Amino acid sequence: MAAVIQAQNLDLTFQTGDGPVHALKDVSLDIPKGAFVSFIGPSGCGKTTFLRCIAALEHPTGGNLTVNGMTPDEARRARAYGYVFQAAGLYPWRTIGRNIALPLEIMGFSRAEQKERIGRVLDLVDLAGFEKKFPWQLSGGMQQRASIARALAFDADILLMDEPFGALDEIVRDRLNEEVLRLWAATGKTIGFVTHSIPEAVYLSTHIVVMSPRPGRITDVIESPLPTDRPLDIRDTPEFIEIAHRVREGLRSGYEE
Amino acid sequence: MSDAPETRSRSTSGTLARWCPPVVAMILVVIGLWYVAVVPMNVQDTLTQAERAGVTISPESAVARRDLGNWALVLSNIDALGQSWSLDRPRLPAPHQVVAELYKSTWVEETTGRRGIVKSGSLSNRGLVYHTVVTLNATLLGFLIGSTLGILLAVGIVHSRVMDMSVMPWAIISQTIPIVALAPMIIVVLYSIGVQGLLPKAVISAYLSFFPVVVGMVKGLRSPDGMQMDLMRTYNAAPMTVLTKLRLPASVPYLFASLKIAIAASLVGAIVGELPVQKGGLGARMLAGSYYGQTAQIWAALFLAAGLAALLVWAIGAAERRTLRRMGAKP
Repeated sequence: MAAVIQAQNLDLTFQTGDGPVHALKDVSLDIPKGAFVSFIGPSGCGKTTFLRCIAALEHPTGGNLTVNGMTPDEARRARAYGYVFQAAGLYPWRTIGRNIALPLEIMGFSRAEQKERIGRVLDLVDLAGFEKKFPWQLSGGMQQRASIARALAFDADILLMDEPFGALDEIVRDRLNEEVLRLWAATGKTIGFVTHSIPEAVYLSTHIVVMSPRPGRITDVIESPLPTDRPLDIRDTPEFIEIAHRVREGLRSGYEE
Repeated sequence: MSDAPETRSRSTSGTLARWCPPVVAMILVVIGLWYVAVVPMNVQDTLTQAERAGVTISPESAVARRDLGNWALVLSNIDALGQSWSLDRPRLPAPHQVVAELYKSTWVEETTGRRGIVKSGSLSNRGLVYHTVVTLNATLLGFLIGSTLGILLAVGIVHSRVMDMSVMPWAIISQTIPIVALAPMIIVVLYSIGVQGLLPKAVISAYLSFFPVVVGMVKGLRSPDGMQMDLMRTYNAAPMTVLTKLRLPASVPYLFASLKIAIAASLVGAIVGELPVQKGGLGARMLAGSYYGQTAQIWAALFLAAGLAALLVWAIGAAERRTLRRMGAKP
């Protein structure tokens, strides 16, 4: 399948007060259309930075990066992706429905279209009936689902998620993981997903990108042999445990180097 | 009723019951201190009056009394102080004298006075209501100009580095100049180009009120965090869109905090602007009171100004509560 996101020898050095920080070094990766790619690694390995490069929120200092065949900035202007941040970041002064309408308003969708889309994505994230509620009336998990709905509303075919469930407890996280898989199956989007939970990465992904810090680089890319249909208890199967083991090995070798 | 305290503390009457005693006690203490302070403040005139009425005062000579401390006079003439709270021209009027003056120059003046609204159809220019309206007009116009200017400057400062570096220092310097020194100059300059009446006072009000709005709004417009700004970037939103959809709504709580300070400052500006002009207003009234030794008149005008400020700040607070509730704030 054609690669939606292509990175070749990507380099990114931040100039800080303490001297240059090598956030990404020689990162090459092809993400095929419809893939679910997880980026896993310890803090400072550049996983979030790489995602932000794809979103054109950071600009690489070397190498080549294309998104949908365009430069990341062109892709951003073409609204090629939806981005889900670590915190839900809903506007407290807007209801859930109006929060989801935010990108639609900015992109100039008609009122009727906005209404139809809000209803559809709220159904997708299982929040139907919460349209008129304000964010503070929802739990943390529900807020994060609303923020996913907001990223889905305008039908970008790439969804970038930066540790979206990092602040949530294990039980809520499990439920949301199931939901993300369901969403992915229903929409066929290409998903880039940053996490530092090994089970989460293995459970969700078709491709697991293991990264290591100083300088941030890719140490291993694992193509998951798991079937697309994944109940939660797949995590107890030998295949699952084997992949998790390989991820853990990759993380460890990154440290030892 | 074992559950009474819990339920009552949440109701309005419960809040009142909890807050009333300390507030009332505080007011009583202040009034009590005031009544006490009236005695030494007015002791010279009180003793002169008592002397005229035939009471023997020690020391007997008025010149000797002038050189003595007020408290010493009070202590050596405890029996002759009955008139302290009812002098015609006291240095410090007693609270009830101020209340009487307030009543006389508002209700009595308007209902029975020759120039009052009942007999003449318009507010009496000898009554406080007329002067309050004059001051209120200048205050509101100045507040409107000042806060609009403040918001516009803040928007400019947030969006332009040049404005940030050039406007802000001047805004700060502008507030270090005493307004009492500047007000006459503003009035004279504006008069020389043919502007007089309401506008010069409003300009002074605006001069005082734009500053808190600039400071508060710059803070408010910059309050969205990096993530919220990044979100707007991912939507490829134009700066104008970021302003209207993110920065402005996020700054509303800051705006109201600033507006409360601004409207009180506007009132001060209007009063200060009325001092050199002497064409009506609470400021003119206060100065006239001091020219003619009518301290009760000064105090009445002061109280009305304070009450007006409280009312204006309360009105902004009410608008704030309404707006924030509509913007989904937790009740």
